[in-house]
Amino acid sequence: MDVKQVRNAFPILHQEVNGHPLVYLDSAATSQKPQSVIDAIEEYYKGYNSNVHRGVHTLGTWATDGYEGAREKVRRFINAKSTQEIIFTRGTTTSINTVAYSYGRDNLQPGDEIVITPMEHHSNIIPWQQTAKATGATLKYIPLQEDGTISLDDVKETVTDNTKIVAMMHVSNVLGSINPIKEITEIAHEHGAVMLVDGAQAAPHMRVDVQDLNCDFYAFSGHKMGGPTGIGVLYGKKDILEKMEPVEFGGEMIDFVGLYDSTWKELPWKFEGGTPIIAGAIGLGAAIDFLESVGLEEIEAHEKKLAQYALDRLQSIDGVTVYGPQERAGLVTFNLDDVHPHDVATVLDAEGIAVRAGHHCAQPLMKWLEVSATARASFYMYNTKEDVDAFVDGLQKTKEFFGDVF
Amino acid sequence: MSFNNLDQLYRQVIMDHYKNPRNKGSLEEDAMTVDMNNPTCGDRIQLHLKVEDGKVSDAKFDGEGCSISLSSASMMTEAIKGKTVEEAVDMSNMFSDIMQGKEVNEDKLEDLGDIQALQGVAKFPARIKCATLAWKAMEQGVDEKE
Repeated sequence: MDVKQVRNAFPILHQEVNGHPLVYLDSAATSQKPQSVIDAIEEYYKGYNSNVHRGVHTLGTWATDGYEGAREKVRRFINAKSTQEIIFTRGTTTSINTVAYSYGRDNLQPGDEIVITPMEHHSNIIPWQQTAKATGATLKYIPLQEDGTISLDDVKETVTDNTKIVAMMHVSNVLGSINPIKEITEIAHEHGAVMLVDGAQAAPHMRVDVQDLNCDFYAFSGHKMGGPTGIGVLYGKKDILEKMEPVEFGGEMIDFVGLYDSTWKELPWKFEGGTPIIAGAIGLGAAIDFLESVGLEEIEAHEKKLAQYALDRLQSIDGVTVYGPQERAGLVTFNLDDVHPHDVATVLDAEGIAVRAGHHCAQPLMKWLEVSATARASFYMYNTKEDVDAFVDGLQKTKEFFGDVF
Repeated sequence: MSFNNLDQLYRQVIMDHYKNPRNKGSLEEDAMTVDMNNPTCGDRIQLHLKVEDGKVSDAKFDGEGCSISLSSASMMTEAIKGKTVEEAVDMSNMFSDIMQGKEVNEDKLEDLGDIQALQGVAKFPARIKCATLAWKAMEQGVDEKE
């Protein structure tokens, strides 16, 4: 993988921010977009913008081909059996909410259990809290190990025959830990529960094979993998999706509408009420093409190398605490003694370095870490060793700056 | 943006309030308490106010946050003590104007004391919410009282 060549595909990276070359280390929040994605969206609006699945005219056919072509790209990307299992949504949040609302409310009753972990993003906590409240089911948490990983023994302890749903992130957006989804899915299935995976931080960065994982649902977002905002994916096994009710009703998703009753289209369209996110899906398709051209395996190896390098350099600075396990995906979450992460982020920003500071939509995990907030640098295929150096040097400066003012 | 701007943001007096917060703690039970968060970043402040005969007779705060939000809370509690509710709200409006980079009457600015040091925050749009958190809590508190 030629990082320089990859970087050249991302126009936004070639600018100065606050008088310094931009060092973008916030890809876990949202990734930057390659020119090919920007072009694909522009071409759609300039050349064949039209509604899908209804026009007899030619533009409608082109738009439908573009939209459904993107679905086939997603199917191949995660190795789903059929495009009927690929539902376009607004993002990971909508994907999880769809399952929590439709599958959750129809299949849970008092006494049943939903099992999640304290490391989840809010979008994989709150939908389950709401479903538990609505159905009388119990929400249970698998405890975390000291380094923030999950042990299979704890999973076996927590998941019981009353468990109907296990929901878990594939890669933690804070700790960078990679959860053993395949093994956990097996445990869930032994107890008759379905497994939902929040893949927001995994699908953009590593090869995901939903058939190999054998999970029942897999959710991810386009904007974290080079695609536009507003488009995401819900993968679900066909036999489960077929039994689920749609959550949005209206145009596009119907088969026959009477005065008092209606029937739904077949999968996947019954879950895509209203005019879909056509440009978004086409943009996501272009992002997948780009990822495949670089190679998911190469991207994963590159990011892991950067994260290890960052980890090594950070651990050599006095007063820096890094959270999460040694073996990690491409991000480092940290704190600098006596300096609040907002202040760290502001000083780094003055150097053109973009990092995230705050609770990372993981307040329960912050509580578990016994911190109110943390700072995070996250890497993607376009980041370089020089980016990590700029970041660590910036952090050193931050330390000196606050050392002086105190 | 340079370290010069940062120096403007993190003035000595701000760091002093951050390191040695004034009026940190709580008041007895009959005082009013306002909890306010900045949900985007996790800053959290608990403001305790005692209002008697239309005047803020005492104010204390507790919370977690960055240097800007906590120093602002410290300065605010100092500034509003002894002021009438109206004066305190006026001050809050003026502070909000400063944060939005609006022109503020020089004489009035003097009345703000240490708070003037926070003027540099206006150049950092992402941090304005940190600075205004305590003031918003105060406004909500006196509003409920009325």
